[in-house]
Amino acid sequence: MLAALPSLETILQTIAAGLLVGSTYGLMCVALGLIFGIMRLINFAQGDFLMAGMYFASIVLTTLGLSGLIGGIPALVVAVLLAIPLFMLVGVALHWTLLGRIGRASQAMTEGELHQTQLIMTLGISLILANGALMVFGSTPVSLDTPLSTQAWVLDPFGEGEILVFLNKGRVAAAAVAVAATAGLYLLLNRTSLGRRLRAAADNPLAATYMGIDVTASHRITFGLGFALTAVAGVMVATFYPFQPYVGIDFVIVMYAGVVLGGMGSIIGSFWGGLIIGLVQQLSTLVLPTQLQGTTVFLVFLLILLVGPQGLFGRSVERA
Amino acid sequence: MFVGKLKTTYLLIALLGAAYLLLITITSNSYYQLMLTLVPIWAVMGLSWNIFSGYSGLVSFGHAVFFGLGAYTTAILAAEAGLTPWLGIPIAGLAGSLAGILVGAITFRLRGHYFSLAMLAYPLALLHVFEWAGYQELSVPMRRESAAAFMQFSDQRWYAVIALVLMIFAMLISIRTERSRFGFSLLSIKQNELAAEAAGIDSFRWKLRAIAVSGALAGAAGGLYAIVLLVVTPGTVFGLQASALALIVTMFGGVGTVWGPVVGAAVLIPLSEVLHAELGSVLPGIQGVVFGAAIILVIMTMPQGIVWAVRDRFVKRARRQGVALLAAGPEPAASLHPIGEPIMTLEGVSRHFGGVRALTDVSMTVNRGEILGIIGPNGAGKTTLFNNINGLIIPDHGSIHFLGKPLQRQRPNRICALGIGRTFQVARPFPRMTLLENVTVGAYVKAASDEEAVALARGAIARLGLESQEETLASELTNYELRLMELARAIASDPVLLMLDEPFAGLASTEVASFMSLIRRLRADGVTIVIIEHTMYAMVKLVDRFVVLDHGVVIASGTPDTVVKDERVVKAYLGDKWVADAVD
Repeated sequence: MLAALPSLETILQTIAAGLLVGSTYGLMCVALGLIFGIMRLINFAQGDFLMAGMYFASIVLTTLGLSGLIGGIPALVVAVLLAIPLFMLVGVALHWTLLGRIGRASQAMTEGELHQTQLIMTLGISLILANGALMVFGSTPVSLDTPLSTQAWVLDPFGEGEILVFLNKGRVAAAAVAVAATAGLYLLLNRTSLGRRLRAAADNPLAATYMGIDVTASHRITFGLGFALTAVAGVMVATFYPFQPYVGIDFVIVMYAGVVLGGMGSIIGSFWGGLIIGLVQQLSTLVLPTQLQGTTVFLVFLLILLVGPQGLFGRSVERA
Repeated sequence: MFVGKLKTTYLLIALLGAAYLLLITITSNSYYQLMLTLVPIWAVMGLSWNIFSGYSGLVSFGHAVFFGLGAYTTAILAAEAGLTPWLGIPIAGLAGSLAGILVGAITFRLRGHYFSLAMLAYPLALLHVFEWAGYQELSVPMRRESAAAFMQFSDQRWYAVIALVLMIFAMLISIRTERSRFGFSLLSIKQNELAAEAAGIDSFRWKLRAIAVSGALAGAAGGLYAIVLLVVTPGTVFGLQASALALIVTMFGGVGTVWGPVVGAAVLIPLSEVLHAELGSVLPGIQGVVFGAAIILVIMTMPQGIVWAVRDRFVKRARRQGVALLAAGPEPAASLHPIGEPIMTLEGVSRHFGGVRALTDVSMTVNRGEILGIIGPNGAGKTTLFNNINGLIIPDHGSIHFLGKPLQRQRPNRICALGIGRTFQVARPFPRMTLLENVTVGAYVKAASDEEAVALARGAIARLGLESQEETLASELTNYELRLMELARAIASDPVLLMLDEPFAGLASTEVASFMSLIRRLRADGVTIVIIEHTMYAMVKLVDRFVVLDHGVVIASGTPDTVVKDERVVKAYLGDKWVADAVD
């Protein structure tokens, strides 16, 4: 079952692919980590948010024919720029109508029960999104035909022309957008008053309330931001990954694994977590049959949970 | 307390079974027959989920792991070994149970969200494994020649009958769980795991038993599912939808009650099946949308589920009278049990949290029959000391011996069983349980049977004069009653040593006086008591001896009149002005 020892070229190729895919995973993880870090909510529907971004890309590029009108790459830029406000709004609306209303009816809910109920509600949202997409778009896999997905840059790391590393342009673009978006979020959280409010609401909701911060509004903005960032990742992934309505499940464990590895609550740590998961996943293809790739990610995830649930950048918070 | 409505419940189940049987016999449409089969199968999945997650509070997102293993076990045994499902389904139950024990043993160290996430990973990992192993689509072979022996009936109604029998079996198991120390232990873990452990509940063992029973039911349901549908694919049995459905039928119907999953399945399965049949060709995802919408609807309108919402509507609890304070009677003489030999010895106990030295080299003894007061400023390490003794925290250095046995590295429930009871600074009740049930949880550790536990609990309640509140929910008790209830829970196991952490916090002075009389009575009955308290005027009257902690170090110990005059104590804790007022 083990493959023969891979060549240096294959290894370099795999590491490159791992770093590129990992950066894109990083953005997904950052979005999930943002929602968890600030709202203490594990968002089950994260994979379906990603799927929503993918179909959005397909609508903008293909259905509306924008890539035919202004070319594939400008159309992709437009899709990313449109996705941010649009899905921000959708996320805010979801929080407004559903998540934010949990627990208002009965005061007796403990904080733990509240989070648990919210978690189960995101499961409901996930079921509706995935199956709703199945109703609307059908189950036929879609692959976007952009100039990026079929072209590659060639690196010649040793300058001898013997070992060549191919970088798929779609993956490079996705990684670049992911790094840019993560940097943007970092600046937003650390350099703006909105960011300070969000972080305050996360650190101590009660104290933040006393300081005049509207915690519910902070959570609403967070959920919107999380949705928007995930959708951006979805738009970019759609350029090189064929998708169908249930595609979210392919990514959801990757995201959880990255967030837990990065340390739950550490938002930027999630990016590094996602990057490492991407590397591990790609490297596992060197030694394991591709069908077991999914299983590898799950096993790594379980291992991370069992060995060090506080993650690389997290704080151990449990107190007796 | 558990027996009262048991007969009614059995009667209701018998009626339900009879009515369902009638419904099966008069249904001739094979599509509806399939539906009548699927409802009990998913009800069993819901019951399985409920026995574990509903009672223990650990939310499983991966019950498909047991369902799928059961389905594949039965199907592989039938296809490759020619084994009849009559044996294959019980074996599937066994496989599910073993998987449960394995998953539990690995995963129970995770709490809350982490546990849920880990559970999610198991079935999805197995999904890939079964695909890779070449079981993308496994058919159960046709055995028309000996149909009944291989559970292959041309009359579909037989499957519905078998599913019904399985469901009734699962309901009976659920009821046995719900109304025994099994269920009450799980409920107490769900509501407050630390308090449950301190009250002597071995949380790990009960959770493991719960997941073993739960896995068995889900495995059997999966086995039957495979036989009914004749084809097994990894996606259908290990997929997210199977896990989600177990959770959704239960939450929709009501968590923590045997009727919840049954009602949930009876409403949701036919609804989604009919919609799928009518609209499935146009709107392929309609089932998933129905389940998603159902769960959102329930959370928004009645988060406890249908069964509880109906019960709350029709069963109202009358508001009751508060408990009477103890009249200041003659104090029992302490000399009945003279203070005896040391029963607990701490030597050089240290515990650091990161850079914070919570306890440094603490050595002390507790003597039989005394009331020992632990005092010191906030953050002195008093509660940490208790947590070290009763096993919530493991000391970095030093040893703790109780009645000659070392306590370090013992789990709290073992330490409780050895004879150390405790209460918490912030009361830790099991809010959804009655006072009697709360106290009964504390008695299990000493009781061989459920009846004995209830009797012990009643005894503890009577000792504290709480009889009138036995049936009151803990969430409705006053602060004073809660404090007494915690005390009752701690003494229900008849401890040798009782540790009270700030029992007077938030009590009125008359209540403090009443509580003090109760503590003296307990001591007169031979219980040794260690008490943390800030209310110094009460403490100097109550205790025989003080140990004073400051910054995790013992700075003084001795009788009240010497300690309150000790310069270091006055400086660290009491303040100069205090001494003159207190010692008169």
